[in-house]
Parts: sequence; C-alpha cells; structure tokens
Amino acid sequence: MSIQVDHVTKRFGAFTVLNDVNLHVQEGELVALLGPSGCGKTTLLRILAGLERPDQGRIFLQGTEVTDQRISERRVGFVFQHYALFRHMTVADNIAFGLTVLPRAQRPSAARIQEKVHDLLGLVHLQAMADRYPSQLSGGQRQRVALARALAVEPKLLLLDEPFGALDAKVRKELRRWLRRLHDNLHVTSILVTHDQEEALEAAHRVVVMHQGNIEQIGTPDEVYENPATPFVYQFLGDVNVFHGRIAHDRILDKEAGEPLSADADASDQREVTFVRPHDLELSLSRTTPTQLEATVQFLITAGARVHLELASKEFSEIIAVELTKERYRELKLQQGDVVFVHPKQLQVFRMPSPLTVKS
Amino acid sequence: MNVSSAIADRDVEWKDSITTESTFVRRLLISAAFLYLTLFLFVPLAAIFAEALKGGLAAYVGSFLNDDALAAVRLTLLVAAVAVPLNAVFGVAAAWAIAKFDFVGKQVLISLIDMPLAVSPVISGLIYVLLFGAQGWLGPWLLEHDIKIIFALPGIVLATIFVTVPFVARELIPLMQSQGREEEEAAITLGASGWQMFMRVTLPNIKWSLLYGVILCNARAMGEFGAVSVVSGHIRGLTNTMPLHVEILYNEYNAVAAFAVASLLTLLAIVTLIAKTMIERKTDSYNRRKMQA
Amino acid sequence: MHLILKQPSVLPGFSLALGFALFYLSVIVLIPLSGLFVKSSSLSWEQFWNVVTTPRAIASYQLTFGASLVGALINGVFGSIIAWVLVRYHFPGRSIIDALVDLPFALPTAVAGITLTAIYASNGWIGQYLEPLGIKVAFTPLGVLVALTFIGLPFVVRTVQPVLQDLDREAEEAATTLGANRWQTFRAVIVPELWPALLTGIAMAFARAVGEYGSVIFIAGNMPLKSEITPLLIMTKLEQYDYTGATALGVVMLVTSFVLALAINLLQWWSSARHMNQ
Repeated sequence: MSIQVDHVTKRFGAFTVLNDVNLHVQEGELVALLGPSGCGKTTLLRILAGLERPDQGRIFLQGTEVTDQRISERRVGFVFQHYALFRHMTVADNIAFGLTVLPRAQRPSAARIQEKVHDLLGLVHLQAMADRYPSQLSGGQRQRVALARALAVEPKLLLLDEPFGALDAKVRKELRRWLRRLHDNLHVTSILVTHDQEEALEAAHRVVVMHQGNIEQIGTPDEVYENPATPFVYQFLGDVNVFHGRIAHDRILDKEAGEPLSADADASDQREVTFVRPHDLELSLSRTTPTQLEATVQFLITAGARVHLELASKEFSEIIAVELTKERYRELKLQQGDVVFVHPKQLQVFRMPSPLTVKS
Repeated sequence: MNVSSAIADRDVEWKDSITTESTFVRRLLISAAFLYLTLFLFVPLAAIFAEALKGGLAAYVGSFLNDDALAAVRLTLLVAAVAVPLNAVFGVAAAWAIAKFDFVGKQVLISLIDMPLAVSPVISGLIYVLLFGAQGWLGPWLLEHDIKIIFALPGIVLATIFVTVPFVARELIPLMQSQGREEEEAAITLGASGWQMFMRVTLPNIKWSLLYGVILCNARAMGEFGAVSVVSGHIRGLTNTMPLHVEILYNEYNAVAAFAVASLLTLLAIVTLIAKTMIERKTDSYNRRKMQA
Repeated sequence: MHLILKQPSVLPGFSLALGFALFYLSVIVLIPLSGLFVKSSSLSWEQFWNVVTTPRAIASYQLTFGASLVGALINGVFGSIIAWVLVRYHFPGRSIIDALVDLPFALPTAVAGITLTAIYASNGWIGQYLEPLGIKVAFTPLGVLVALTFIGLPFVVRTVQPVLQDLDREAEEAATTLGANRWQTFRAVIVPELWPALLTGIAMAFARAVGEYGSVIFIAGNMPLKSEITPLLIMTKLEQYDYTGATALGVVMLVTSFVLALAINLLQWWSSARHMNQ
C-alpha cells in the first residue's frame, strides 16, 4: 500500500511536533524514519496509524484519503516500542486476538485461526512458546510475538515504533537483519521508526532523516550516509569532526591540492563550517603539502577492528578524532605524543549564519 | 529452598548488616512496635470474640437468631447490594477517564472523588437530612407524594453510597495509570471494538484490584455507622443495620449480643484484610516477574 | 492558541465514562454537600457566629482537634516505628502484623467503639491495671484520645512504609563507607527522605480523627463541655431538630476538612516533587 503524507502539521500545545511534512512511500518499501527523540518521527507514525490526528494536512493510503478514517478502517499493523502484549494472554492468544475480534461473519473458524497462529509462530521462530505468557519471554521474543500479532490480521501497512529500542545491542542487530529478510519475503509496505542510525541504514530501503519536526533528507542508506544534505544529517549519521571559522579555509581544509577552498571576501558574516568524518582524515609523519595541519597524538585506542586516535592541534581548541585501519596504524607505528600531519580525503562545507552554532 | 537461594538469602543478610542497627536497638524497636500493636490491635481483636463468647456458645448463636438481628443482617446485605455495584461501576468509569485520557480538570475530579473521605460521617448523613428530611428542601414535596427517604431505606442507601464512593476508584486509578494505554491501543489497532477491548484487555488487567476495591467498599458499606445513624431513625426491625443494632444492644447492656453481632462484622473486616494480602501477593509476584523478564 | 480540553485519543468511551462519573458525583456528593452551605446561608453572619462559638461548641472543638492532634502525633511516632520494623526487620509474625495494621480501616467504627470501651473500662482487660494507678480512660477525654489513636493507626504506617521500601540502600551504604555511624546515617540520609511521607501520614490520621464519630461516642462518656466531640454535638442538635445549629457546626467541620485535605494534597505534591528531582 503506497503512502502519501501531504503537508502534515501537528502541534502539542505550543510545541510544533511536525512542521509541514511531506513524504511519499511506495508499495512494498521498507522506509526508516530516523531522528533523535522529539524529532516527530513517532508522531508521524502514529498519525499514519490513526492513533493521532494531524492538525493540518492530509494522509493518503493507496491514493485514498484516510485523514479522518478511524484506525479500525485503515488495516494497518502497529508494533509498539514496549510490545504492548496482552499480559494475561498466552503467546498464541495474543497472536490470535486480531482474528478473534473480527465480526462473526468475517471471523475465520477456530481451526483456521489455530492454523494461522501456528504458521505465524513458525514465521517468528517461536513455535515452542505458544503457551507461554509474555512475562516468561525475553525482550526479543516478545517483540517477535508483537510482530506476529500485527501480521495476523494481514495488514496492508506495517508500522513499527522503535521496535528494538528496548533490547540490548546484540539482539537488536540480529532482529533488524531478520526483519529485513522477513520484509523481503512478505513485501508488506513497512515504516520503521528508530533513533539508531545503524538500524536505519541496515534495515531500510530508504531513510527519512527527521529533526525538530522537519524532514532533513530522504534517500537510500548510501545517499544519506555519503552525501548528507545538511549539517544535522552529517552529524547524526556518524562521528564527525567539525571545523569552524576562517582558520578552516586557510589551512587544512582545501580540496585535494592545496588551493584555498573559499576566498569569499564577505565570509565574515556567513561563516563556513567544515565537516570531516574521522575515517576521511589521512595522517602522515612528515609534511607533504603546506596546508597540512600539524597535530600531536594524545590518545590511542587500538583494540577492535580499527584504531581510534585523538589529536590535539594548536590551531583548534577541540580534539580531532581520527580513525585508521589496523594496517595503516602499523605502517605509521604511532605512539602517544607523536607529531603527525593531517590531511582530509573528503569533506563537506556548510554555510552557517553564526560561527559557533551548528544548525540544531 | 535450593542452594543458590540459600546463598542469596545469606547475601541479603550480609548486606543488611551494613545498613542496620545493633541487635539491642533492633529488639527495642520491635518490642515498641509489638507493645503498641498489642494495646491497640491484638487486645481489642481478642476482646471482641472473648466478650461475644462470654455467655457460652448458645448465647452467642442466640444473639443472631431473633427477628431484630436477622432484620438487621438482611437490611445490611440489601444496602450493600445496592451501594457496592453502583460504586463499582462508578469506580471503573472514573478510573477509565482519569487513567487513560488527558483532559483539563483531571486533578479536580480526583479531589472530588476523594472528598467523601475527608467529610465526617455525621455530616455525610446530615446533608441528606437537609435535602430530603421533613424540614429539608424536598421534604414537603416528598411528604406530599408519600415518598420516604430519611428514616427509611433510600436514605440509608444514599448515605452509604456517599461514604463508600471513593474506594473502588482509588484502587483502580493508580493501577490503570501505571498500566498505560498501549495494550488498549494495540487492541484497537488489531480491530477490536470498544466493548471487546474492555472485556478482553482492560478488565482482565484490573480484575484483582477491582475485586479488592469491591471487597473494601463492601466492608465499609456494611460497617458504616455514623452516616447511617443520622439518616436511619433507629427503627428496630426496619431501619437498623448491623452496626446500629450493635449500638442498641450495647446501650441496653446486652453486651454479649452486641459483641456477637460485632464479631460477625469483625470477621468481615478480617476477610477483607486477608483478601487484600492475597491480592497484593498476586500482583506483587506478577510485578516481580515482569521486572525480571 | 486555542484551549484544548482533552488530548485526542483513539481509545473509546471517554465521554461516556466521564459523563457518568460527573453525573454520579454531582448527584451523590456535590449537590448534597452544597446543600449544607445553602442551608447555612439562611443564617446571618452574627447568628452563625453565635451558634459556632457557644462555650459547648468551643469545648468540643478543643477536645476534637486536641485529641486528634495528639493521637496523630502518637501515631507519627509509633507508626514510623512499625513501618520501619515491618520493612527492615525479619521476625516471626511479620506478615500477619503487616496485614493487621489495616484493621482500624476495615473494622466498623461501632465495633471499635464498644471494644475499646470494654477493654479500657475500669474492669476491662487493660483498664483494671490502669485504675489503681489513678488513670481513668473510659468515659473521659483520655478515652477519646484512645479511640482517635486507634482509628488513625494505619495512616502513618501506610504512607511511610512504601517510601521506606523504595529507599535506596546504596545511599546508606555510601554514608557508611564515608564514615557515618548508624545514627548519623539515619538522621542525614533516611529522615530527610521520610519526612514528607511522615507529615502526610500524620495529616491524614489527624483529618480522619477530626471527623470520627462511631468509635468515640461509646468510650467518651459524652459529657457536654468535658468529653463531647463536635460530630456528637452535631448529632445531638439533629436529634433536637435544631437543623440550623447542626448545619452551622457542620460547615465549620466541613471547611476544616477541606483545608486539611488541601494541606494533605500539597504535602503529597511536595513529596512526589522531591522524588521527581532525584
């Protein structure tokens, strides 16, 4: 089922949660709404479900306007962050619930319901848990029950509100890959709300990055990671070094060859801020170009697949974070206190109205 | 008890020892608590049954087997049978609105529900006398239409309802607030109607607290004395509830019979306390399981 | 900004539930209670003042509020000890005592009244030992105090107990590791945490005692100017068909009750606000 969100605005009191949001989702897509808490992603999801009503704007499902439609008429499946399993029902009864509340004429026979519950239990790998109560399951198992329960009514749209938010890191990772595979089999249009960028990038076909009620960027995981449209997206999607002010232009922050990046005469009132990811900084032991920045290694973390360094430079007050491969680290034989020369392989410059406040 | 829990117990004791008092202080405090409770709880509780059985078992049983006593029991049951269901329905409705929705004036509503607890029982009776009594607002009209409220069953029922309004609601509101709305929202997203949601999700989740609220409400309804005393008129065999019957017997120096009827009401109170303890254990162990999982 | 009276929700039944609750409260509580004030307004201010300040009324206030306050304070001390003992110590019979603490709340007041009278009378189980000491309890103001202490027993225990249960043991452990002895820890770490709950419990016991009728009238002796509580005075006026007098005294009691209820609410708000900050 395709989704069209048309100029949707939602306020809670004086606080604007969604500010004129537009979004189109194609049938069969798995889209992630990504952003920090309070960015409006959950509200947007609840509006799609019919759990909330927008103050302005319209919602279309499959081309039909549903803005004023009741939740029961929308045929959406909703998976809650804290599972919202019925605590007094067994796993099987939870999954069967949506079928047993159907009007008698549409309700499948008891045998058919049982069969369907059995199939769904297989789908979420919980056949052995049918007679358990939610309190007897682990968090990951509970969320799979919640998913099976939502799928039982064969929704045309599946909405997941931070489904893995309450789980520990390892289970999250397993479940999001499992979810992606499940989606690739079922092809039900799905929207996943998350504040975890890794989860969004790994599970979704497309990522919608939201911030303070606005959509900052929509794109494939590669697009939003490689070409962030705004400073916010840049910062939200991974570690980043931020260089402020004029020193930035004149010194290291040239592109490739050493030419000053920007020589705008009136750059003083429109400061430029440069973003560089830690793994896009290259280190050498001696100066090769005049624009390289001299810095001292202050701190090294060598455990793990990659090596993380913290550098201090006289020209910046902030610490510069650098990420190296193990091979490069071994080549350089770096130690604490060594002097290195820093050069960016890739960077992005944004214009800011004021030097110190990154748009946030 | 298995080995690991025995170790866990010892662990708890060890931890306790860091943050507890010397044995002397501990014994002193426990003794103080026991002395106080003995004076104000254990002795009175024992005295009720001792006084009731002073004249032997036959006199005890005989205290119930007369028309006045049986009429009092019947009236008390009847009053509770009207007051308790009404207050239960009210409690569920009020708790539903308060716990599951956000609206202006919620705090005022909660205070209103608690109000009868703050009012002296005598005043609870007085207000109905002022409304429905012979000199009251509606008194002349009621007299004209030959409707008796004060010094009759309706007055007793009204005063009892007033006094017991808060009990079911107060049990349910905090529980339903802590349970949140997600389960009900989930039921609605899965296509349940309002009635299906209530019967299959909400009610099973609140049934134990609802039960305790009803039991407590019932105990207070059957035991109410002050408010009922004002509106009853103390007509033997007609408007005497069990507590009023106790008073009359006592004032007639029929202590054995008074305490016999009192012992029945005491048993009701004890059953209420047992129910409370059992229901608390049930919900406690549930909460613990929920936290562990 | 327009006024939002209710946040929208998909859950059904709000209007029905709230409508019924408001209707019920209006019929049972609000209209009858406001009747009391309307009735009292038939008195001029002077008449009202004269009725509520007769020596007999004043004496009844003194007894009612005085005994309620002393009873509440006694419960403040022993209720805290009981709560402490129940939460912190393990001893035989603990769970039975825990359950029995609510007895004064569940026991009909008339039953409490005749029982306390029986045991504190000069020939009663406890009274017979007090008599030789020159202490008379039943049919004296002291009897009023005993009854009001009895009915207030659960309140302090039940407000202090949960706070004590939720108290973070780590803070006490920290105080111990920092060299505080037990008494210092108690005063500096535990008491400040318990204080709001203790005050709330005392205020609730006091409020309950002020309005109490059933358990007092049997043991008090009910001598005007000596051992007559205000609720009984109202009752007496009613029995003499002095409705205006009863109403005036009722208004005094009701206003006092509301002020107390407000104070309790503020105390509870204070104590929960403190917990939110942590």
